Amino acid sequence: MGYLNGFKVTFARLFEDRVTTEFPAEKRPKPVRFHGRHVLNRHEDGMEKCIGCELCAGVCPAKCIHVRGADNPLDDPVSPGERYGFVYEINYLRCIHCDMCVEACPTEAITESKILEFSFTNRDDAIYTKQELVVDDEGRPRHQPWELWMEGEDEHLSGWMRATAPSGAAAFEGRVGWSGDLGHGVRPPEEGQTAADEFEGAEETEAAT
Amino acid sequence: MSDWRSKVGMADGLESLNHNFLTSNIEELVKWARRRSLMPATFGLACCAIEMMATGAAHYDLARFGMETFRASPRQADLMIVAGRVSQKMAPVLRTIYDQMMEPKWVISMGVCASSGGMFNNYAIVQGVDQVVPVDVYAPGCPPGPETLLHAILTVHELIRTGELTRRRDSAGGGAGIHLEIEAGPTPVAVRPGGGR
Repeated sequence: MGYLNGFKVTFARLFEDRVTTEFPAEKRPKPVRFHGRHVLNRHEDGMEKCIGCELCAGVCPAKCIHVRGADNPLDDPVSPGERYGFVYEINYLRCIHCDMCVEACPTEAITESKILEFSFTNRDDAIYTKQELVVDDEGRPRHQPWELWMEGEDEHLSGWMRATAPSGAAAFEGRVGWSGDLGHGVRPPEEGQTAADEFEGAEETEAAT
Repeated sequence: MSDWRSKVGMADGLESLNHNFLTSNIEELVKWARRRSLMPATFGLACCAIEMMATGAAHYDLARFGMETFRASPRQADLMIVAGRVSQKMAPVLRTIYDQMMEPKWVISMGVCASSGGMFNNYAIVQGVDQVVPVDVYAPGCPPGPETLLHAILTVHELIRTGELTRRRDSAGGGAGIHLEIEAGPTPVAVRPGGGR
């Protein structure tokens, strides 16, 4: 009966919970700093935050952003500044979601959402223009037909934080590092180093090392 | 042989079935079978392949869609997932693997490197694998997570279900449209065992 020993692991697993995520019906929770597709944010009065400075296009390592600025029309300004971005295109077949555009933006106009569940059947769909990137009047992203959005997934869009944010430092614990969301408010602060130390697996990790 | 096939409208196999109430059900059945048993060919080239493996593992479990086995032989595969950046040297190999796959076949360009070269805009990387093979679905991301790849696979399923792909070669004219015309060379000399003349 020695050969039954080989089945011990198999039979033991039969009574454990399934780990599979039934993907099209549900998604796993994303990390707070997940980089998904971009949104172009607006102020509370509906004006666009983008001022057309093209810093995001300059810093992009994949050269996937195309911005052209124009002077604001005096009678009907689009953004509260002198200029606005009247062409804004992102090619998602080049974007590597490094978030450097978000860091470069001086007005927090471009941020990244939490959705990466989309695919294209042709190359034209992959180029998002301003109509698809700018949030709607309630500050929510516009859902494209080829994207798979879930309930509650369009929250926390404009929250952003520099990669060099010192939230890991003890002095910064409990302080909100995210900017405010139009329509959603402010995210809770990130967990600091103390919470990471109290992580359950910390002792095991230490024991392993 | 070809007489009765052309009479029932099957001169080119199942692709040219005449539409009537009987064959439409057969079409649905064929599409269902193709959709539910899509076997991907292993073509992991870079970091995207790690995510492709994660998609096949227990947490996302490609076996739910009837495609748990990544076939090492292109003869047994009908979905090619190009996962990773394709260098200029790899491009003819990619095309060879694609040509060796049986019809019908579909291609997913996984990740931005395969789709457009991504951030590697240089002389060594093919700027978009659709210059080499006809791509059906592009999955963005660097790398695309398992959910993005699953979304692309489900998009392929949807393309098969809606039947846009069944007559792709003839009518849609999509894809790279590369057709190599190889000139007939000299007849290869058969080497006989044991030497001799």
